[in-house]
Amino acid sequence: MSTHSTPSSKRPDATMMIVYLLLVVFAAITLVPFVYLIFSAFKSQDTFFSFVLWPTDGAWYQVDWDGFTISHWKTLFLEAGILRATVNSFFISSITAILATLFSAMGGYALAKYRFTGRAIVTWVVLGSLAIPFALLIAPGYQLLYWLGLLDTYTGLILPGVAPAFGVYLFRQAFISSLPDALIEAARIDGCSDVRIFFQIALPMVRPMVGAFLLITYLATWNNFISPQIVIQSADKLPLSVFVAQLRTPYGTQYGLIMAGTLVAIAPVLILFLLLQRDFIAGLTAGAVKG
Amino acid sequence: MSKSTARQYPAWVPYFFLLPFLSVFLVFIAYPMLLSATMAFQQNAGPGVSEPVGLKNFTWMLKDPAFWTAVKNTTIFAAASVFIQLPASLGLALLLNSERIKARGLWRMIFFAPVLVGLPFVAVLAGLIFEKNTGLLNVTLHWLFGFDVEFPWMQEFVMPALIVAAFWMYVGFNMIYFLAALQNVNKDLLEAAQVDGANAWQRFRNVTIPAIKPVAAFVILLSLIGSFQLFELPYLMLNETAGPENRGLTLVVYLYQQGFDRGDLGYASAVGWVLAIVLFGFAIIQRMTSKTSEADA
Repeated sequence: MSTHSTPSSKRPDATMMIVYLLLVVFAAITLVPFVYLIFSAFKSQDTFFSFVLWPTDGAWYQVDWDGFTISHWKTLFLEAGILRATVNSFFISSITAILATLFSAMGGYALAKYRFTGRAIVTWVVLGSLAIPFALLIAPGYQLLYWLGLLDTYTGLILPGVAPAFGVYLFRQAFISSLPDALIEAARIDGCSDVRIFFQIALPMVRPMVGAFLLITYLATWNNFISPQIVIQSADKLPLSVFVAQLRTPYGTQYGLIMAGTLVAIAPVLILFLLLQRDFIAGLTAGAVKG
Repeated sequence: MSKSTARQYPAWVPYFFLLPFLSVFLVFIAYPMLLSATMAFQQNAGPGVSEPVGLKNFTWMLKDPAFWTAVKNTTIFAAASVFIQLPASLGLALLLNSERIKARGLWRMIFFAPVLVGLPFVAVLAGLIFEKNTGLLNVTLHWLFGFDVEFPWMQEFVMPALIVAAFWMYVGFNMIYFLAALQNVNKDLLEAAQVDGANAWQRFRNVTIPAIKPVAAFVILLSLIGSFQLFELPYLMLNETAGPENRGLTLVVYLYQQGFDRGDLGYASAVGWVLAIVLFGFAIIQRMTSKTSEADA
């Protein structure tokens, strides 16, 4: 019980112990699947069935090193062609992220900093289309790509995603809040063209949003399954999301192989996260309304 | 604008900046949306063959037990997201919000990590973790509590398995929103309430909740939109099926089966519209409730 003179006095340490206990339990639940994934990626089918984490000769600390194998990695890289899928994922995600960020920034800039006929309509369209669910576009999108002859092409996979209304909206907000009109006017008086103003003055002013949006779109494309599943048919064009899911069929249920494939697919993102932690968290929650 | 600051750029400049967005938007978003409104009234055998069927897609859907199974499963999943996962996210945020917690950045990073794995990879991993006899979950629960290692998650308890997998992936992600929202809580007001003898629950109910309400409403809406479009998790956890007796059938899995396994893109468009109308409904309700709560304040 706290006294009246010290209403915010420290609560008993038992409370903090419980808080830490809860956090440790939650953290363990969060991290164990990662540990499981890493160990499983290096275990043969037999070891996988006999040991949940590492193989042992008796007690848990007597690690049986012979129970580990790199055979799945050989299969993945030499036979299954995961390198090709990884390159595909890098390619598709990079192009999508760069174009989506550029086009969103351009659109948002026009809506934030110019007065022109049709501005109200376009702004309304951008806001309205935030409400269009992706599921509504799956069937007609496929029909359209069929008519355009873009099925099984990277163009068909990338192009529909390079002008997200969500991005235009975010950049519009960013330009309104952090780019003073006076800066643009001054540059114009100095004879700077509007295209140069956009690239050399406006974009650098919203650099955090550029970084955040590149990350969001890169990650969303990397982890997108349904679009490549529907659009891409040739095995050699598949990104990792579909490739890893398909590892289950031709090789039967090879647990270690699937785990190793999953590890290849998520490792680049997790490494990037460890390097750019703050930007990631800010970026992925960038549409959050600030109270 | 006054005359002295008359336009100093060619009239085409704003249109030039908008051109990439507008052209891609018109072709790949606006047009497909209109197209799906006509496709919903036709039947397809693949993308090349179609015939108009009037309202038949919708009447058939209402009579199809699989559709109702999908509605039920999707609703259960969405309810679990809102009533189990989001409160847990808020709970975690409250734990981490205390200044007395050491290494808050590290905890935050750990809880946030699963969302980076991405839905398809979480689904593949979860499919193995929930397997009976060999899966990590049953083996661990057996070791800790003597739980039945043959507990058939993927055969009979598909929805609980999906809910647990989604919980693992998103609880820390949504925590970030709540952590941001908790910065809006007035600390002086909390202390004043404590001085006046309000207990922890009363302070939470009357000071914290009103302050985080706008963000909470936003997170609930995002969570509903995501839940109602659940696809990768069940589809991949169940090896590209809907599970035994459609136990893992969601609305988008249903849409996918109809459109791509059966090739009826028209019917799939009709399912898409039903889904879209439900989601528009949620968005409208959210707008209305957030307006009234603003009026109250």
